[in-house]
Amino acid sequence: MPASNLSRHSPSRVRIGCGAGYAGDRWEPALECVERGNIEYLVYETLAERTIAVGQLEKLHNPARGYNAMLEPRLSLVLKAALARGVRIVSNMGAANPLAAGEAVLRVARELGITKLKVAVVLGDDVTDLVRGIDAPLMENGEPLATIKPMMVSANAYLGADAVAAGLASGADVVITGRVADPSLFVGCMLDALDWNYDDYTRLGQATVAGHLMECAGQITGGYFADPGYKDVQGLGRLGFPICEMHADGNAFITKPEGSGGAVTLATCKEQILYEVHDPAQYVTPDCVADFTGVRFQESAPDHVVFSGGRAAPRTPTYKVSVGYRAGFAGEGHMTYAGPGAINRARLAADIVRERLALRRIELEDLRVDLIGHSAVHAAAAQPAGEPYEIRLRVAGSARTREAAATIAEEVQTLYTNGPCGGASDSMQVREVIGVRSILLDRALVKSRVEVLSL
Amino acid sequence: MKLREIAHCRAGDKGNTLNVSVIAFDERDFRFLQDHVTVERVRAAYAGVVKGRIERFELPNIGALNFVLHDALAGGVTTSLSSDPHGKSFSSVMVGIDLPEPEVIHGRKAVK
Repeated sequence: MPASNLSRHSPSRVRIGCGAGYAGDRWEPALECVERGNIEYLVYETLAERTIAVGQLEKLHNPARGYNAMLEPRLSLVLKAALARGVRIVSNMGAANPLAAGEAVLRVARELGITKLKVAVVLGDDVTDLVRGIDAPLMENGEPLATIKPMMVSANAYLGADAVAAGLASGADVVITGRVADPSLFVGCMLDALDWNYDDYTRLGQATVAGHLMECAGQITGGYFADPGYKDVQGLGRLGFPICEMHADGNAFITKPEGSGGAVTLATCKEQILYEVHDPAQYVTPDCVADFTGVRFQESAPDHVVFSGGRAAPRTPTYKVSVGYRAGFAGEGHMTYAGPGAINRARLAADIVRERLALRRIELEDLRVDLIGHSAVHAAAAQPAGEPYEIRLRVAGSARTREAAATIAEEVQTLYTNGPCGGASDSMQVREVIGVRSILLDRALVKSRVEVLSL
Repeated sequence: MKLREIAHCRAGDKGNTLNVSVIAFDERDFRFLQDHVTVERVRAAYAGVVKGRIERFELPNIGALNFVLHDALAGGVTTSLSSDPHGKSFSSVMVGIDLPEPEVIHGRKAVK
């Protein structure tokens, strides 16, 4: 551990705040964690499955872009306060261009009048060139990688906590990464602060539980949870983001800044520990195979939940790699019908759109009709009671060309004067579809490294 | 009785696979969930949504079940045409499942 860390805080325990749980998350809760959370590290997790592929396409247009568009405003808000309190920032906002993101952090610092700053950029997750030269089965369907390779735009390995810890070991104030597994961003801070061995699987198991609980920010403090009358949460408008305090011996708890909205309870923790989990005894990360089946929670004070029992088996010999590829275009149009007979008019409208697309011989790969307000999201599992007063018709389809996809939206819009009576409030959207598939790659083929930028 | 009277749920996605947790409000009600929230009941509730197999994992340590529903997200989050590609709304199907009325409920959140 570098001397700079020892001088900053005691290695017997560490407090880590979460500043964002996804790319578009709220901004101010991060500042609240820094100013009132008594934290040493602030982690922003901002990468969804396809974010890097989208970033890669941006980078092709402009080599200075391809990182998270909110990086500048987020850091402008917290950087001074973080430096003043010795809070170090870790984020995967680098997305497809971590070096450009690192330069952007320096620019923000200069604009804020900061004269001394060290930014560590973690590189090596981008394995696009390597993956072009290999074949491997796709984890999703077992088909060969070759089926999507001609359309491939990115391939990124999920790096682990060791890569994050290496960035922090440089003594950097800010660590920017590309693809790193979400919990590993937090585990890396714990390795750095608590001097844990990367082969200590008892600690890694507990740390991975912590990282998994923290990675979605407000989802453990009362967000994605409230259900009036059943699960009531106060103060969602000023939801506090979570803080994890981890001790060197593995004792740990989740809390949130005092006075913030939301709640940390047994129920919010239990929902989050199973979020996006399949077999709870085998949660695979780059660091370990974590086992959640021995985890216990205890609410020792309001908004203070102790957790214990995280275990892990040794890490696998491979890294998961997500491969982004261009998957054609999607188009959709919406129209609202209301009052008596609304649902019949919406159904008639859908039939008209289908007829028009056939008449115009538009080549589509798929087409779906949703009656929003009736059965849109749950399909046959929906149990609508009675005829809905209002229906939002949604027609969505996929095609190989942007023009064909746009036609779907156009044919919904022209229902205004050519379709059933009372059609209102159309909207249309056409977008390029970026698909993501996964493969496994031998660890030995992936080399992460750290580049340091300074003011 | 609806499942939501005795348990709460959260949905998550990975590719084309959906997971939905079922968590007892009171851990003493876990046994009831174990007995009655069966794969068959869940399959019937998600008819038309889930095309693949359904797995059930048990977590007595936190009084919860975890259901993994394969081939359930219209091809997968990134390419789905659904208006809910992540399946965020699918916990709401689970809480609406009808269960027999238990003799004792330790943690019923709906009635205060």
